[in-house]
Amino acid sequence: MAVKTATGAPAPLPGGSAPAKNGFRAWLNKRLPVDEFISSQVTGYYAPKNFNIWYFFGSLAGVVLVLQLVTGIFLTMFYKPGEATSFDSVEFIMREVDYGWLIRYLHSTGASAFFIVVYLHMFRAFLYGSYKAPRELLWLVGMAVYLALMAEAFMGYVLPWGNMSFWGAQVIVNLFGTIPGIGPGLVEWIRGDYGIADATLNRFFSLHVAALPLALLLLVLLHLVALRQTGSNNPDGIEIKDKLGADGKPLDGIPFHPYYTVKDVVGIGVFFVLFAIVVFFVPTLGGLFLESPNFDPANPMSTPEHIAPVWYFTPYYAILRAVPDQRLGALLMLLAVVSFLFVPWLDRSPVRSMRYRGWMSRTALTLFAIAFVALGYLGLQPAEGLYVLLARIFAVIYFAFFWLMPVYTKLDPVKPVPERVVYHAH
Amino acid sequence: MRTDALRCRPCGLALIAALLLAALGCAGASAKEESAEQPKEGADWQSWHVNNDVADLASVQRGARNFVSHCLGCHSLKYERWSRLGADLRIPPSLLQQQLLPPGDKANDYIQTSMPAADAANWFGKTPPDLSLMVRSRGADYVYQMLKTFYVDPTRQTGANNLRLPLIAMPDVLSPLAGLKRAVFRDETNAAGGHEQVFDHFEPLAPGSMSAAEYDGFVRDTVNFLDYVSEPTQTARRALGVWVVLFLLAFTWLAWLVKREYWKDVN
Repeated sequence: MAVKTATGAPAPLPGGSAPAKNGFRAWLNKRLPVDEFISSQVTGYYAPKNFNIWYFFGSLAGVVLVLQLVTGIFLTMFYKPGEATSFDSVEFIMREVDYGWLIRYLHSTGASAFFIVVYLHMFRAFLYGSYKAPRELLWLVGMAVYLALMAEAFMGYVLPWGNMSFWGAQVIVNLFGTIPGIGPGLVEWIRGDYGIADATLNRFFSLHVAALPLALLLLVLLHLVALRQTGSNNPDGIEIKDKLGADGKPLDGIPFHPYYTVKDVVGIGVFFVLFAIVVFFVPTLGGLFLESPNFDPANPMSTPEHIAPVWYFTPYYAILRAVPDQRLGALLMLLAVVSFLFVPWLDRSPVRSMRYRGWMSRTALTLFAIAFVALGYLGLQPAEGLYVLLARIFAVIYFAFFWLMPVYTKLDPVKPVPERVVYHAH
Repeated sequence: MRTDALRCRPCGLALIAALLLAALGCAGASAKEESAEQPKEGADWQSWHVNNDVADLASVQRGARNFVSHCLGCHSLKYERWSRLGADLRIPPSLLQQQLLPPGDKANDYIQTSMPAADAANWFGKTPPDLSLMVRSRGADYVYQMLKTFYVDPTRQTGANNLRLPLIAMPDVLSPLAGLKRAVFRDETNAAGGHEQVFDHFEPLAPGSMSAAEYDGFVRDTVNFLDYVSEPTQTARRALGVWVVLFLLAFTWLAWLVKREYWKDVN
């Protein structure tokens, strides 16, 4: 694709400075800044060269978002929201729509995969202090994406109208009823009925396929814009912009395209191998991705033995159930989610990356990761006996990680940070 | 001499091995005799696994026959069409028509029971559930254990009760095949200090038309069929999955080669 300039010399590739002067490309660029966009956002966007495995999860989240949108569009062609039709239409998709089973499993597995990559993406931020100045807004927008994703996933889970859809919705929506004063009225307003019913199902459908995907797309776009503004952090937590070469480009930076596009494709390949193994061989993942009670149609007269949300909500669910008082439990659950928003200001460490932090920050993050996974496990178990006690212990660790952060990050003995990123050529 | 010795050593070894085996055999037999004093039939019912294989077409076909002869009177498979069943189980349309389709039903009809739901609710206290997704919602082992733990209980209206699903509304319709059995309970003191009736074992009352092994095979085939019905695409899913994963592995390998090539100039 050699574009010739008027002088006959090949035009520089996008990313170079001279735009095409005539031909279709010039015509196009006069009207739409295609080349300018590519050169500023892709080929001319410099990313640190020392990204490691943790840096795959951002692009993977983007890929899963697209997967969910595309499979969701096809599911919507056959899904019929309504108390009398939802469950049947999902079975119709599973049995009678050509490759409907594949589209549905891609979507249901995609929901869990979305949370897996997002949780790993968030953990990466903790690992390398990616939320610290000047990336506070990047972090906040990311958290808004996470909140929108939780709402999107919750409402999506209600749509198959299985028995766990129904009872899960019952439990979660009733949490709003614990708000003093307006609670009961608010719950009725959300449901549009005196119980989880047809009206609830239809409004959740509307929010799931229109409002929340739009919000998600907009927030993801903002997340990327904020990322382009500050540039990516990296495993060493130092600014590559501080060390520029003679050409004005960061010495430790490489163009996002082609280097990180080709690298991300490898990550996407590995991800899809694992993803396909789940989709084709264990689509319910033993009841973790698709819970067995959800293969029974919604039945207000029959409560499942244990009501448990899907795994990605269970850390919060475990915190909710660890508290004997429902109102306080709901409040702590809310706090558990909201705590993430304050991290950029709670962290007082002078360095970003865990590589150069001391034992206090490292221990705190390790304990937090253990507590998060343990709470996730406990949220799937019945709330009784030892499980409740363990949930309380891990909930304390969970909150201590956030709210003691100003203390331990200040006292933490940090190591000297290098001038340039650590990179070993392959 | 040397050849003799060579020939004799294996002889000796064989003899020792035979003696050892005999001794082990005796020990095994005596252990069996000991357990025979206390036959605990069904005591381990909670650990029974069906281990069915949906790819075993003959078994699924037998299960379909069992279902039509023994279950369809009350239970529907409302998400499955007869034609789909015929195609997936490779039953020729003529055979499907002759052997499986209820009179008046068309091949493209969904598999419905002829029992009116309102009557069923009157007769049994509840409408017999549709079984299309029973294996997905409860698990194959659940259905297997349920079909094998019916016992005679005169206190029940149907005269039958069940270990897997206590107070089951379903009568023991398979007893002509499986025979009748009684459940023996033992008295146990629970943690709260109260008394509890705990299942101990089954006692046969009357034999059915099938031996225990035959009935077990019958149930396994039936559960296998219900497993197929719960997700008719599962065999195709696994078959396609192998190729998809192989393609993705090849793709990832190529992508890695490209990446390595590009990254050679990053120092």
